Amino acid sequence: MRADQGGAQPERLIGGAHHRQVQLPLKKAFEIALQSIRVRFWRSMITAGGVLLGIAFLGATLGQSIILSAPGAQREVGDALSKLQREAQREESRQRQAWLVSMSLIVCTVGIANSMLMSVTERFKEIGTFKCLGATDGFIVKLFLIEAGLLGICASVLGFLIGFVGVFLVALLQNGLKALAWAPPNQVLTAFLASVGAGMVLTILATIFPAIRASRLPPAAALRTEI
Amino acid sequence: MSEPSVAIKSEHDTHEFIVRTKNLIKEYVMGDTTLRALKDVTLDIRRGEYLSLMGPSGSGKSTLFNMIGGLDKPTSGNVFIDEVDMAQLDASELAYLRCRRIGYIFQTFNLIPVMTALENVTLPMIFGGAPSDEAALKGIELLKTVGLGDRLHHKPTELSGGQQQRVAIARAFANDPAIILADEPTGNLDLKTGTEIIELLRNMNQHEGATIISATHDLKMVDVSDRIVWIRDGAIDRIDERADIDLRIGEMDGVAH
Repeated sequence: MRADQGGAQPERLIGGAHHRQVQLPLKKAFEIALQSIRVRFWRSMITAGGVLLGIAFLGATLGQSIILSAPGAQREVGDALSKLQREAQREESRQRQAWLVSMSLIVCTVGIANSMLMSVTERFKEIGTFKCLGATDGFIVKLFLIEAGLLGICASVLGFLIGFVGVFLVALLQNGLKALAWAPPNQVLTAFLASVGAGMVLTILATIFPAIRASRLPPAAALRTEI
Repeated sequence: MSEPSVAIKSEHDTHEFIVRTKNLIKEYVMGDTTLRALKDVTLDIRRGEYLSLMGPSGSGKSTLFNMIGGLDKPTSGNVFIDEVDMAQLDASELAYLRCRRIGYIFQTFNLIPVMTALENVTLPMIFGGAPSDEAALKGIELLKTVGLGDRLHHKPTELSGGQQQRVAIARAFANDPAIILADEPTGNLDLKTGTEIIELLRNMNQHEGATIISATHDLKMVDVSDRIVWIRDGAIDRIDERADIDLRIGEMDGVAH
């Protein structure tokens, strides 16, 4: 006689131990993420390019403000302007620059989001397959976030170097070797960390919504996709 | 692997039916109309049998396949795997089920294109917690069993359709599952390769003792099945035991079709 309503406890099915979980080792997740980037190399580079440009602009702006605020770099603007007026001018241009940088970072984020959305959509079938092999929703999100994080970090570092070093080189060319003293290492480090941090946050923000949405697809729907 | 899968299997041998569906209904709402893909399907599948779900396109066999495999949820009704209601399982238990208890084979192979054959086969083992060297050794054995011992490091794009399906079969058996679900496994293969794949599945059914449930409209499957369930218009038309079917297979070019 077969059992009728209700059914047995889930424990019997999953081997009697509640700690039986599927797992995604970090090393394997990184391997998969790297392979995915390599296979879609040029598309990944476009995504990274968006981050790079935004962070390059940020790096250049930060670099400029560091150099201009260095003690020896004050330009003689002429005694006609009082100190207060000069301060007001500088404050206004700082605000304008902050606004410009924020706008450019938003535009870059939108671009990255678009790239990542496309990348996620064309991998629906892959996501469905992963789920059939035992991947949870969390694995899928983790894989996409690692991929985005790797792209974000490399692009941000490169972007900062291009932006900051570019501005610094211009200062060197215009003012000679004394400009070397205008970029104290601790300020540079702060700017570097801020830029890379911003790049990573933006890339991850742009990826997280498409990734979460994709991870919630039931496998049957994901596998049915024709792309 | 450290898990005593043999011990667990014998504990469950008390259940004659490894999969049971009860009054399964699946409806798709498309605008104003509701499509009933499955109309009250009740089916019991015996442990260790090779069962074929046969029916034309649109008959609902793939939908039934998805319900049994936990790939989609029914509108109403229950699916019991080893007498456990799948609706009771949470997401991580369902993932564990798909990883360790069920192996899937698809018409379009569905291998991960960025990974080699060996990496594809070892992926479910890694999800299941096996250390990578153990997984690699077992993966190599599996690929040798399906006849691809010399193509361990080929990517799917470097393999023919039949070879890709063999990799998919090796992958499906990676965690010694109790159930193998095959959705049109020979659909994208030519006659000769399809026959080889069916032979392979039958061998593994007999050696590994796994229950094989295959949704298909390939009549060659009928010959190796224990039971055939004919599905039409979302309902079971009839169920045949293989012994009751008088099957005559014609020959073409010396190959049985």
